[in-house]
Amino acid sequence: MRRRIVASPGAWVVWGLVAIFFAVLAGVIGSVVVNSFGVRWFDTWLPRAWTTQWYGQAWHDFTLLPVLTVTLVVCLLVAGISVLVGVPAAYVLARRRFPGSRLMYLLFLLPILMPPITYGIPLATVLYKYGFAGHLSGVVLANLVPSVPFVILTMTPFIEQIDPAIERAARMCGARTRHVFASILAPLLVPGILAASILVVVRTVGMFELTFLTAGPDSQTLVVALFYSMSAAGIRAQQSVDAMAVIYCLMMLILLVAALRFVNPTQLVARVKEDPE
Amino acid sequence: MTTSTLAVRHRLAERGIDRQLLLLVPATVFVVALFVYPFCYGVAVSLQPAQGGALAAYRTFFTDAYQRDTIGTTLAIALPAALFNVLAAVPIAYRMRGRFRGKRLLTAALVVPITLGTVLTAEGLLNFLGPTGWLNRMLLAAGLADRPLTLTHNYWGVFFSLVITGFPFAFLLVLSYLSGIDPSLERAAATLGAGWAQRFFRITLPLLAPGLATTFCLTFVLAFSVFPSAILVGDPSGSTRVISIAAYEAAYVRYDYAAASAAAIVMGAVELMVITVVLGLRSLLYTGSTAGGKG
Repeated sequence: MRRRIVASPGAWVVWGLVAIFFAVLAGVIGSVVVNSFGVRWFDTWLPRAWTTQWYGQAWHDFTLLPVLTVTLVVCLLVAGISVLVGVPAAYVLARRRFPGSRLMYLLFLLPILMPPITYGIPLATVLYKYGFAGHLSGVVLANLVPSVPFVILTMTPFIEQIDPAIERAARMCGARTRHVFASILAPLLVPGILAASILVVVRTVGMFELTFLTAGPDSQTLVVALFYSMSAAGIRAQQSVDAMAVIYCLMMLILLVAALRFVNPTQLVARVKEDPE
Repeated sequence: MTTSTLAVRHRLAERGIDRQLLLLVPATVFVVALFVYPFCYGVAVSLQPAQGGALAAYRTFFTDAYQRDTIGTTLAIALPAALFNVLAAVPIAYRMRGRFRGKRLLTAALVVPITLGTVLTAEGLLNFLGPTGWLNRMLLAAGLADRPLTLTHNYWGVFFSLVITGFPFAFLLVLSYLSGIDPSLERAAATLGAGWAQRFFRITLPLLAPGLATTFCLTFVLAFSVFPSAILVGDPSGSTRVISIAAYEAAYVRYDYAAASAAAIVMGAVELMVITVVLGLRSLLYTGSTAGGKG
């Protein structure tokens, strides 16, 4: 392909769009960050004075430590359980064709294709009926619904990349499925499992609807606590909501940067060979 | 073990059924217990309203204009937002194929909005686009507007928040589908004298179309389930009263679980209809390898 030094008009338009998107993004993030450090900000370009008191206030007012603990516990439980349950299923779906395998695949695809509110409302009703909702266990169970299929769908390509000849060789030497899993597949799948579980954590931290529908007062995750404090406007200073949103965003950013070290985001849907042009 | 059970096991194994399939059991139990069962339960609840016949909850939903119109409102937000995200992602991803300096950085920067979360996006949009926000200040200072534009607490606020969270996602998907298309196909066309428009519309676009359909579906699901941003940056009792708000209000404000389940099921049905139409159109298109050569 020819490489042009002077960009064509089309390229200018495209890069212009990207620039506008980034400008809006910078404005959106910037105004929250500025507001979270501002003393009073009304009808001027920048606040009149700066302070860090909102962060301290957010920490106390929102009892952020328990909220963060709940978020962390929910995320770890959801990630752990969905990996334990999802990886064996992904293995079978990646390796085997059996009657109904397409149907099984569809069954695991449906929870991802459905808006969370749609199944969240009946699910919350069922969880209330059995006494799970309102507690940590209900939040974890509800968040497992999209997470288990998510692990299955992200792990399937990872497993397909492993040469089945290695497993066959191990089986020839007398290894049973348990051994094949423990000493051959697990070590090879560690990067994939790490990537999938970090992505599950990211999704769970950000998953608003399911937690919102099933959480009780002491089982709110950060995103739900944020929503309550923002929709009950006037009770809290807007700046301290902003401070909390900044804390949330930083947490997510750290998680996502960690995930990107293990997985190339563009390879999640299709296996792409980095083309060495 | 008798010979006959051995024979049965053998015959089953020939069809691909053996004990390894037991590994599927835990995941299936989870999905059935936490997704299929509640869903069926929801359908059953929606068919048992406090008053009226089995379909009373649905009849109420469809005869009450305040409820019925939420379907149109939701589609009017979700379809344009999903379409915009996919269509804007194509030219940008097309420019970003191949390798160039700063590609990783640019990809990473585009991932950042995923970490923002609805609340920070909502706060940011309210601050930035609000009547005294930076955007309106700039427009006023530059003389492009003589009074502040109303961009929040209405349709546009929700639309912008869907673009900010949905576009990076659509972009990542489109980029990965595009990188899966073998560039040598386009090079071959270029050798035969095809200009960029011919190369794009006759080679890349047809190969990309199935991927675009999938991307559209996933972005549409995200946009269709808009709930927090419709409340926070939208106008939740008017122009952005989406169907999830109607379902939520029925369940947790009026405690009418039949109506709530009916609304949730109508919501799922409408969404699945759109996805079925899109995937049905997709099946009319080329489905096969995009890797070129011996696919």
